[in-house]
Amino acid sequence: MNFRTCLAKGTIVAVGLGFACAVSAAEITGAGSTFVYPLLAKWSSDYSAKTGSKINYQSIGSGGGIAQIKAGTVDFGASDAPMKTEDLAQAGLTQFPVVIGGVVPVINVAGVDAGKLKLTGPVLADIYLGKITKWNDPAITALNAGVKLPEATINVVHRSDGSGTTFNFVNYLAKISPDWKTKVGEGTSVQWPVGVGGKGNEGVAGFVKQLKNSIGYVELAYALQSKMAYVGLKNHEGKFVMPTLESFQAAAASAEWAKAKDFYLVVTDAPGAESWPIAASVFVIMYKQPKDPMRSKATIDFFKWALENGQPQAKSLDYVALPTALVGQIERHWQAQIQ
Amino acid sequence: MRGTPHLIIVSSNIKTIARPALAEEKYHSKKPDRSQFDARADRIFRWFVAGAATLVLVVLAASGVSMLWGGRLAFETFGWHFLFSSDWDAVNKNFGAFVPVYGTLVSATIAMLVAVPVSFGIAFFLTEVAPYWLRTPVAAAVELLAGVPSIIYGMWGLFVFVPFMADNVLPWVNENLGELPWIGALFQGPPLGIGMLTAGIVLAIMVIPFISSIMRDVFLSVPRGLKESAYSLGATTWEVVWDIVLPYTRTAVVGGIFLGLGRALGETMAVTFVLGNAHQLSASLLMPGNSIAATIANEFTEADSDIYLSSLVALGFLLFVVTFVVLVIARLMLRSTAAEGGRA
Repeated sequence: MNFRTCLAKGTIVAVGLGFACAVSAAEITGAGSTFVYPLLAKWSSDYSAKTGSKINYQSIGSGGGIAQIKAGTVDFGASDAPMKTEDLAQAGLTQFPVVIGGVVPVINVAGVDAGKLKLTGPVLADIYLGKITKWNDPAITALNAGVKLPEATINVVHRSDGSGTTFNFVNYLAKISPDWKTKVGEGTSVQWPVGVGGKGNEGVAGFVKQLKNSIGYVELAYALQSKMAYVGLKNHEGKFVMPTLESFQAAAASAEWAKAKDFYLVVTDAPGAESWPIAASVFVIMYKQPKDPMRSKATIDFFKWALENGQPQAKSLDYVALPTALVGQIERHWQAQIQ
Repeated sequence: MRGTPHLIIVSSNIKTIARPALAEEKYHSKKPDRSQFDARADRIFRWFVAGAATLVLVVLAASGVSMLWGGRLAFETFGWHFLFSSDWDAVNKNFGAFVPVYGTLVSATIAMLVAVPVSFGIAFFLTEVAPYWLRTPVAAAVELLAGVPSIIYGMWGLFVFVPFMADNVLPWVNENLGELPWIGALFQGPPLGIGMLTAGIVLAIMVIPFISSIMRDVFLSVPRGLKESAYSLGATTWEVVWDIVLPYTRTAVVGGIFLGLGRALGETMAVTFVLGNAHQLSASLLMPGNSIAATIANEFTEADSDIYLSSLVALGFLLFVVTFVVLVIARLMLRSTAAEGGRA
């Protein structure tokens, strides 16, 4: 009995100390984009091993992230789609990019391996508009001499849920296809003319794998890590590029960040001979005048570490780290904007 | 206890005297408020039980009213047009409930058309035809199906059933049934694998355990004398089940069917894997569609405008209404068949 009470008291004291320790280290909370979650998890575990500060990130989707930062329940929100200047000003927020990803069309056609098929933006838009319905349509075969395409209906797969991935994809389609712009428009969720919808990147990847002769779009990290059959696209300069880390880096580097107010730049159809046409950045959104300056400073310290030192982790997970010039621009922006 | 002689110990300052108790004294002396205690306990219990029933009604009404309140923006903006419009455009903020409602009703109907005969066959087999040693294992296996989580059905549907349908069944359906004069339009379309027919069949498999276990339980409850008199008059097994057992158990069977229908109408995860989540209206059963539950599950967290959110809540209210209407129809059917002179 004596030993048991001693053990019980000891456990309570230890747990109490444990709580006290957890409370004394900085804890930063964030919510938002599911796309950036694997990278943020890796960064935060490495950062907390180094400094002891913990980052608690909930991947509830870009829309959820924006809603939570507006409600003030988290220290930062993360979104694949940048917020417009007027929305930022209205809510007293500011945003900055942290990593580059992008959208890659993937296909499941028997006999066509990864990287064999080449498409252009207008052809992709016509497929998603339902104007091109068969794989051996002249518009597609003209771009792919030497690739055997079946006379089969194209099964189009899109996202059933609202998403930043969709936002970047339809933004690109609207830029290069006036038909798409008028008929469908752009947003995190659109009225797709044809196709079936999968929930999340995993849903689209699952449908593309299961349905023969299908085409879908997923994030770069997904396409590379799931080894899906990706498609080459013709970029702004007229060259066909494959979705590799180098082509995404070229898109990030060539984008004119210096001119973008509040970093509102959707990096689709980027100039540059080696650029991938559908690159996208993930934005972190914070308050300009936060209620708790200490936590805001801790958040900035984390992102400073991540932007300056986090490139190896990004590369290992198939994300593209920001170019150095952009990192400098972001750090100057912090000093100017965030108290 | 009245009339049984008891002893009362009457103590006085001098001595104690024991004498037999009179009946009235016993009743009124030791626990004078026993009857009142019982009556109060009865009242409290009645309030408690009535409160539980009222709580259910209140929760039901409150959930219906709160969904109607949440959907009021959509109903005000679109009016009756909301029920018949097949748009679902988040960019232009134009929403209509027709495609999800249609998908819900059609997939549930297909599920019922497949599940009811199969469940009836299972119950018939287990109560009349199967050898005794086989009955319990098969019944246990069927009821095990009810315990499988619905997302497992969705995954099985997508990874196993959809390729099977796309390769083997749907091309045959498209070529042979698609050519028939009037109903051919129902069966035409590319053999995608994902679509109303596949979703209906997966839903049927999910719903069969519920219906068949209820049918089997009530078939077993039919009095042996009734069945044996029919057999002794020369009825075949089929005639006994169709003319004696089913009419006897009609209420419970219809109740079981509507239990299954309720599950089929509200099923979310399995449907979202195999129905295709496409906001397109099509007469063909081979084409993808959408259902109310799948739409809400997919789009609720990222609904970025008030009208979008309100349209989703309004869809939830419509599902509520559809389920309610279905239950009312069930009740009316039961009342009319009972009035025809069968057992109620």
